[in-house]
Amino acid sequence: MNSPSSISETPPPPASPAGAAISGKAVRPGDRIFLGFSRGSGIALLVIMAAIAAFLTYRSVLAITGDKADFFTTFDWNATGTEPKFGIAVLAFGTVVSSVVAMVIAVPVAVGIALFISHYAPRKLASPLGYVIDLLAAVPSIVYGLWGALFLVPHLSGLYGWLDDYLGWTGIFSYGGGAARSLFTVGILLAIMILPIVTSVSREVFLQAPKMHEEAALALGATRWEVIRMSVLPFGRSGVISASMLGLGRALGETMAVATVLSPSFLISKSLLDPGGGTFAQNIASKFSEADQFGQDALIASGLVLFVITLLVNGGARLIIARRKEYSGAAA
Amino acid sequence: MTAVTDRPTVASGGAPLPVSLKQARLPRWAPPVIALVAAGAGCGIGLGAGLDSTIQWGLIAAALFVLGTYVLSAAVEGGRQAKDRLATSMVWTSFLLAVIPLASLLWETVARGIKVLNVYFLSHSMGTLPDALPGGGIYHAIIGTLEQVGLATLIAAPIGLLTAIYLVEYGRGRFAKTVTFFVDVMTGIPSIVAGLFILSVWILILGFGPSGFAGAMALAILMMPVVVRSTEEMLKLVPNELREASLALGVPKWRTILKVVLPTSLGGITTGVMLAIARITGETAPVLLLVWGAKTINNNPFDGAQQSLPLYVFQQWQIGTDAAYDRAWGAALVLIAFVMILNLVARGIARWKAPKTHR
Repeated sequence: MNSPSSISETPPPPASPAGAAISGKAVRPGDRIFLGFSRGSGIALLVIMAAIAAFLTYRSVLAITGDKADFFTTFDWNATGTEPKFGIAVLAFGTVVSSVVAMVIAVPVAVGIALFISHYAPRKLASPLGYVIDLLAAVPSIVYGLWGALFLVPHLSGLYGWLDDYLGWTGIFSYGGGAARSLFTVGILLAIMILPIVTSVSREVFLQAPKMHEEAALALGATRWEVIRMSVLPFGRSGVISASMLGLGRALGETMAVATVLSPSFLISKSLLDPGGGTFAQNIASKFSEADQFGQDALIASGLVLFVITLLVNGGARLIIARRKEYSGAAA
Repeated sequence: MTAVTDRPTVASGGAPLPVSLKQARLPRWAPPVIALVAAGAGCGIGLGAGLDSTIQWGLIAAALFVLGTYVLSAAVEGGRQAKDRLATSMVWTSFLLAVIPLASLLWETVARGIKVLNVYFLSHSMGTLPDALPGGGIYHAIIGTLEQVGLATLIAAPIGLLTAIYLVEYGRGRFAKTVTFFVDVMTGIPSIVAGLFILSVWILILGFGPSGFAGAMALAILMMPVVVRSTEEMLKLVPNELREASLALGVPKWRTILKVVLPTSLGGITTGVMLAIARITGETAPVLLLVWGAKTINNNPFDGAQQSLPLYVFQQWQIGTDAAYDRAWGAALVLIAFVMILNLVARGIARWKAPKTHR
């Protein structure tokens, strides 16, 4: 990809009749304008990113200075009135817990499906399956939310009763009955939502595993599982990690599915199965309609925290991918 | 590949060895038989223990199958083969486990949505209809979605395209690397954060009211990185020889890009833009913050609240009556159908127009 520009710097001599333009420095106005436009777009993108950070920070500072309670440790969200008191403690807890539940469920299953498609499925089935998974990644989140609220929630109380019977003594899995609109349900729904994206990226990586390694392992008499464990998984590990982090980024920022399924409250309950809790994005969506201008600033402040968290997660994932690219490029 | 793995042991052929190199194997009919036995046992235990959920029967049967295969294989074929079979069963299980919710999601949406879906539903707005009553439609939401997504595309597609052109055709050095990194980071911005950004600038600081355009700006932020990534990939597929040939004929670089590079990759770029459109069509959060939703038709995206399909689904769900749920499912079905058709057409174009050098 590097030859075009080096060629353009030395324009082809025979084209110019007078020989005036053969200086090697001739820049056509069209070129200059086009370069200006395309570089301008790149700059515009950076400016937008910077503006997002700047404006969110600006409004957040307004909100946090007006907060009469500690922004990070308060278990309440009351951003209206003369004594606004709000904090992100419950939101941070809920966001982390639901995302962790989602990751614990989704990543092993996604790796399983990816392996199924890349190494186990009959070949005629494999490529349509990959296609279907990609399509599923495009299902809008609000549809997942609607399905979760009207179909998944009623069907989970049986499972929760069972978990309560056998694991209730841990405290984490005690269940008091009622609608299963809890953080754990949110985690399950988020897991289903991020399955397609984690699967799709992992499958790509598994398909890239060097065929020679696999064949060498086979030739030594390895079983299919040993081939996967010895040559596919080590190769795909960083790919799976970055795929999971992309999925984590989605789970952290998911709004509508959480807002429809969770019955929010500003308490941290010991049990994951009992309704209550909240996440950053869900809180913004549900508190927005009743917020005045200061209330909106307060929501923006919580949005900024979410922004920073997803930025770190995504940046981390990209760094891992980039490192792997260099590594595999050097090995190839 | 897979055909080979089925028989990793070398057939002894006609070698006159006293010891056969063939390892003991479970016969081909063993797995289906174990499956049948497990299914029967699952049903039996379920009936005997009085479990009323057929899901539990299925789970018991599945566990018995995995366990039975492992034990039998360990006894006959040895530990390594048993582990292999265990892994195979786990992979199949995880696949089936994932298929169930995803299939159920599609099935529920289609089955419940088809009930209210008719020409009246598609061609009328909610108007003054009380929320609890059946009737009403999604015409205003369709108009809103089309206008917002259209405006977002008008903003995001040119910027995204030009950025990709810069990165592939000109980009070198630290600036290009920075742009690439931030495009990647931008892909991960939660949609609600994009909505909050436009809210803080457009509504809180500049003092505008809610409008379809405000929503479109937030959607454009979400769309740009997707367009950049996919266009970049497509431009990289254009063979360098084409560029060199054009430049060697004395064609300026900008004309080379416009007349040679872009037409060659047009199919792929169209696909990328359409996939990006499909992605933002389903976004609810920014629309909720910036467009607010309306019950009547508002054809002007620059003034006043509008409706959009995903937001309509959410608001009907919030109403919480049976009639509203029906409408929500109907709108969800229309939304899914729209996104799926966009996806299918986009991938169709990609296959049809793929550069011949691709693989």
